Amino acid sequence: MNPLLLWFHKLGSPPYFYRLAGRLLPWLWALALAGLALGLYGGLFVAPRDYQQGDAFRIIFVHVPCAWMSLFVYFFMAANGFIALVWRIKLSETLAMAAAPIGAAFTFICLATGSIWGKPMWGTWWTWDARLTSELVLLFLYLGVIGLYHAIEDRRQAARAAAFLALIGIVNLPIVHFSVNWWNTLHQGSTVKLFGPSLIDARMLWPLLTMAVATKFLFAASLLSRARVDLLELESGKDWVRQIALAEEPRA
Amino acid sequence: MNPTRKRRLIVVSLILGAVGIAATLTVFALQQNMTYLYTPVEVLGGKVPADARFRLGGMVKAGSIERASDSLRIGFTVTDGDAEMPVEYTGILPDLFREKQSVIATGTMQGNRFVASEVLAKHDENYVPRDVAEAMANAHKKHAVPEAAKPEAK
Repeated sequence: MNPLLLWFHKLGSPPYFYRLAGRLLPWLWALALAGLALGLYGGLFVAPRDYQQGDAFRIIFVHVPCAWMSLFVYFFMAANGFIALVWRIKLSETLAMAAAPIGAAFTFICLATGSIWGKPMWGTWWTWDARLTSELVLLFLYLGVIGLYHAIEDRRQAARAAAFLALIGIVNLPIVHFSVNWWNTLHQGSTVKLFGPSLIDARMLWPLLTMAVATKFLFAASLLSRARVDLLELESGKDWVRQIALAEEPRA
Repeated sequence: MNPTRKRRLIVVSLILGAVGIAATLTVFALQQNMTYLYTPVEVLGGKVPADARFRLGGMVKAGSIERASDSLRIGFTVTDGDAEMPVEYTGILPDLFREKQSVIATGTMQGNRFVASEVLAKHDENYVPRDVAEAMANAHKKHAVPEAAKPEAK
């Protein structure tokens, strides 16, 4: 078998993943915390004030990375849901379900910080424009996935049912992203562009990108921590879990 | 790939494709319906039914803001470049409200004036440090760029 495929098969085995995640976790947490500290310091203290909004614009250093993560985590969850539905890989079910609450948290932070910024800048906490409404639908999708997962007794059946909902909900992602181009919204268009120059000064851009990378590490670290616990629960009674439990016992 | 997985792959992909097409059609259908705002030229062109409550969007015309001295009443003109519309509003305005700023006012037409019950300021996607904005404004002044193209310093 091709070595990459072999590694992929090995990764799908819960004991191997559990050990690998355990080794990666301290690094991921360290990178996440260092990145967050650097990004927040750069955004809140180093970046210059905006010519129109003054200091109030600094909320974008939290709002924008969280908004990006709300889409990224959903895509991750739906992709794992797809693998779980077709190939029935236990690890993918676990990863998809472990990602849902993290994504919901990012979405909630995005909506809350946007609302706090919107009151002084726009003059309203909330308006039913396409971007805000589709982001709210995204939060409801996350909550629906979490709710469905916990409503069914059998863990594996629950994960597959919730994965299906997550997969269907993926149609909302392009709507969230392109809503500001397709419709006339109160929310402004994209500032940071993948293709072409960004509409933000370089001194404001670097903390924003640092935060974007740091939130990715934060997600990876939270995801692996959650998935390890879920795997122990799902596989309780199996030999490898019993070995870990026995190894932990003398310390407790 | 074994036949069960292949069948599942096809079924899941078909469902996903069907949902995708349904969503695309919905988005296209909504495109005509989801007008968040009307501009003055559309209002004067009769696109808004009489007595309807709607959102009016456009730029605040430079030099058109008039504040009452004894109340929070304010009058200003909203322009979209082609047409203008006088707006009246009583209340607290958002921080970003100023001349040459995009605003969205909700209210009704009363005669030929638009009486707003809510005024929102629209922010654009540009983030510029104050010193850069000032430098740009100075450069514009030096090279005599017309007023409208100049970014405003607070």
